[in-house]
Amino acid sequence: MQWSWIPQNWTIIWQYTLDNVLLGLLPPLIGLAISLPVGISCAATRWLYPPVLGLANAVYAIPTLAVFVVLIDYTGLGNLTVIIALTLLSLCVLIPSVVDGLRSVPEPVRQAATAMGFTQVRRMIRVELPLAVPVIIAGMRVAVVSSISLASLGYLIGVLSFGYFFIDGEQRDYPTEIYVGFALTVLLAILCDLLLVGARALLTPWARGRRTAASAITATPVVTEA
Amino acid sequence: MSFLAFAWDWLKSPQQWQGQDSIQVRLLQHLGYTGVSLLIAALIALPLGLLIGHYRRGGFAVVNVTNIWRAVPTLGLLILVVVSFGLTFLSWLTPLVVLAIPPVLVNTYEGVAGVDPELKDAARGMGMTDWQLLWKVEVPVAIPLIMLGLRTAAIFVVATATIAAQPGFGGLGRYIIDGLASNNYGEVAGGAAVIVVLALVIQAVFVGLRRLAVPTGLRLQARSSR
Repeated sequence: MQWSWIPQNWTIIWQYTLDNVLLGLLPPLIGLAISLPVGISCAATRWLYPPVLGLANAVYAIPTLAVFVVLIDYTGLGNLTVIIALTLLSLCVLIPSVVDGLRSVPEPVRQAATAMGFTQVRRMIRVELPLAVPVIIAGMRVAVVSSISLASLGYLIGVLSFGYFFIDGEQRDYPTEIYVGFALTVLLAILCDLLLVGARALLTPWARGRRTAASAITATPVVTEA
Repeated sequence: MSFLAFAWDWLKSPQQWQGQDSIQVRLLQHLGYTGVSLLIAALIALPLGLLIGHYRRGGFAVVNVTNIWRAVPTLGLLILVVVSFGLTFLSWLTPLVVLAIPPVLVNTYEGVAGVDPELKDAARGMGMTDWQLLWKVEVPVAIPLIMLGLRTAAIFVVATATIAAQPGFGGLGRYIIDGLASNNYGEVAGGAAVIVVLALVIQAVFVGLRRLAVPTGLRLQARSSR
């Protein structure tokens, strides 16, 4: 480990950190924007979820690099290809967590809200979605952490990210550079993970001090035998 | 010409099916990497998950550590090991095992720890020892989640074994890495197509295995509770 390498290369380290932040955060955010309406529809109808879940599981099985390859033909060797591919992967985690979150809302709560005069839309926004937040955030944690880590694969098709440090370090046989890329990836992931845990605390003030059970089971797209 | 046309053209040419670089050879290498890594990860994570789940100690740590563990960039780890130890079998094995441990560990733990306490009380009341309780009650009830963990791990590993080709290992990733390096999109598309099919086949195999492994009692219960 040669520490002097870090200040000497400060500019590219900062630049690729920004690139990796973009590639790591944009896909889960776009994924969330798509998953909310899709998940709400899936939770509301009985027949829609099994095919959507099956499709999500199938897409999830496709290697990221292979998704890049399929997309290159349409979107070229660039940021857009990586962002679309990682968005698709995060959908596979986020749609099931939105559905599971909404289904975890107890029926009496729903009925009470209706009895208090909530319309369907208002009940969704004011009651069901807030109660689903812990499960949705659990999905976001997985999606964000994986996106940050997978963004480095983008460099295999020439998109700048921490992947640059891995491949360049390999080609120059210079481990310091690989350590830096490795440490930055893990640190960035931990930071984003903590932010999400903080967001959960802010969004669910009533749950403070209580341990939420929604941790791991939704961490992977769960197949309820269809 | 689209992705599929490129892939098909490459696949149907007879030279892809002969010699050292043939699809059969690469497929066997790929399955070898996947199988060995998955086996070793299961040998580590299954006993650990059963232990932690049975005694219900340290579960909070498992959930949080594995979430951060997911952040480990597999490409970075792979290149780091290769730069440090050279192109030995340990260099592909280490990152793939590291990748496969979290889903198996978390799901085994959650499955066993989530067994209904009344069920365990009943088993103890019948005079079961700890060992009998584990094998006759906890494991059978947790089997669906454990199988899901193994399936997720298998999918991760089969997808990620692709990047073992980057520092010079074999497997199906060779086609993508070599094709990208030589600007041969046909090879890239063909390789990606084979990997996608393999990933979907593995997924289907595990869905089938799960059906075999889940005890009849659980299946009947799931059906009647619907």
